[in-house]
Amino acid sequence: MKKALSAQFLASVLQEQLDTSDQWRPSAALEMLRRRAELLAAVRQFFDRRGFLEVDTPAISADTVVDRHIEPFSTGVPAEVGKPPRRLWLQTSPEFAMKRLLAAGAEAIYQICRVFRLGERGPLHNPEFTMVEWYRRGDSYQQGMSLLAELAEETLGRGRAERIAYAEAFERYAGVDPHRAPIAELREAARGHGITWPESMEADDDRDAWLDLLLTGCVQPNLGVDRPAIVYDYPAGQCALAQVREGDPPAAERFELFVDGIELANGYHELRDPNELRRRNQRINRLRRAEGKNTLPERSRLLRAMDSGLPECTGVAMGFDRLLMVAAGATTIEQVIPFPFERA
Amino acid sequence: MATYNTSEFRKGLKVQIDGDPYLMIQCDFVKPGKGQALYKCKLKNLIRNTVLDRTYKSGDSIEAADIEEIEAQFLYRQQDQFVFMCTESYEQYELTADQVDENWKYLKEGMVCSILLFNNRPITITPPNHVVLRVEYCEPGVRGNTATNVTKPVRVETGGEFQCPVFVEIGDLIRIDTRTGEYIERVKE
Repeated sequence: MKKALSAQFLASVLQEQLDTSDQWRPSAALEMLRRRAELLAAVRQFFDRRGFLEVDTPAISADTVVDRHIEPFSTGVPAEVGKPPRRLWLQTSPEFAMKRLLAAGAEAIYQICRVFRLGERGPLHNPEFTMVEWYRRGDSYQQGMSLLAELAEETLGRGRAERIAYAEAFERYAGVDPHRAPIAELREAARGHGITWPESMEADDDRDAWLDLLLTGCVQPNLGVDRPAIVYDYPAGQCALAQVREGDPPAAERFELFVDGIELANGYHELRDPNELRRRNQRINRLRRAEGKNTLPERSRLLRAMDSGLPECTGVAMGFDRLLMVAAGATTIEQVIPFPFERA
Repeated sequence: MATYNTSEFRKGLKVQIDGDPYLMIQCDFVKPGKGQALYKCKLKNLIRNTVLDRTYKSGDSIEAADIEEIEAQFLYRQQDQFVFMCTESYEQYELTADQVDENWKYLKEGMVCSILLFNNRPITITPPNHVVLRVEYCEPGVRGNTATNVTKPVRVETGGEFQCPVFVEIGDLIRIDTRTGEYIERVKE
């Protein structure tokens, strides 16, 4: 019998949202919080043994990383006498401040801190989450990837990460050349893999959005299944704060760690040219404006630090909650944090 | 026209797509660290009962649907029209046989059902979970056979037919689970 949609069903869906009586309780089991503490200690030990200095930089700052698709929380600070009011930003990553430390002479530093990203909530996202971020002066692109592989091996015990170029991953799992295929071909590949996309994407001439669609839809689920995978050499359009290596095609010296199809970390052979950073900030703000978003401050103390000289270095940001998810076999982020956003 | 922005997307949202009402039954947030946020949604068509897969990106929006659930008493059937009256406002609502679907088999005069209204027009009804109906016709039962695993078709007062154990007889009152269409028990007057 074809059952018409029942009001009970409707009510049950609505009830899930309304049931707040249990919201004082933690969403993570206490045993999981013990594992969390142990993993946190293991990460600290990993860096301490290698002579890294643990640092603490501000969670709230006049500067913020200028990203196209990351929305920072902000807060207004009342004007002091004779001064304009200031807008301050909750950090989406401690990147700017840590690079200022490198420019000031720090050798190898790491930080475990809370970062904040507006509107990011899902099985793998919470707007407030814990980031492990590290930088080492003198590290090449390759050395940066090796250090990340060591950390993955030591904390997860699932073997040394394999490395796979972004282009190779796409050819293997999406059947397209991500650097050269025209958008129409990327769209056909998505269709072929049964991936649905927003109607609004059809109108934009946004190549990186199509690549992201394929990445999350059919490439990523295959990454890091047997052992961790490090994907490297991203398209130049997705360089963020990484150096771009000239060539045909040019490659952003950016790499990411995936385990069980989950994105765990993002690293750069760091951009050091302040003028290039100024150009990228302008470009990103142009794109943000076109998308109806607020613009983010293009000037920053990081630029000043880069003017004075940022040394060659490679840095990585890793989502600690996701590392724990993978280590403990959790399927949602609320299983590994005591109080997710709705219960915070 | 009211709309919901992606930041408001959540399970249970009632929306309107191409003129049809939908209930968001799933909404998965997918986002590469540096990439665009996508919302992979499953939307249930409240009229056709089909499920639609749609993906949205941040900044997209969907039209909100005006959907309300009311309690209404079944009054009578006139050919293909089923007439109900809201127990609160006493307003009358007419549903077509299509909208009532298989539920016509349960509808007895005076029965209170819930009705979903879309833009103040009825779209579906849900009868109570259990209804008691009088048997109008069936083949005679085998005396003494109380087995419940052997069944026979039984026609009830609404004209609907149900599979019942063979001991059920004409004039009996039987209780039916409307969610499964299955016989539960015989009821004493």
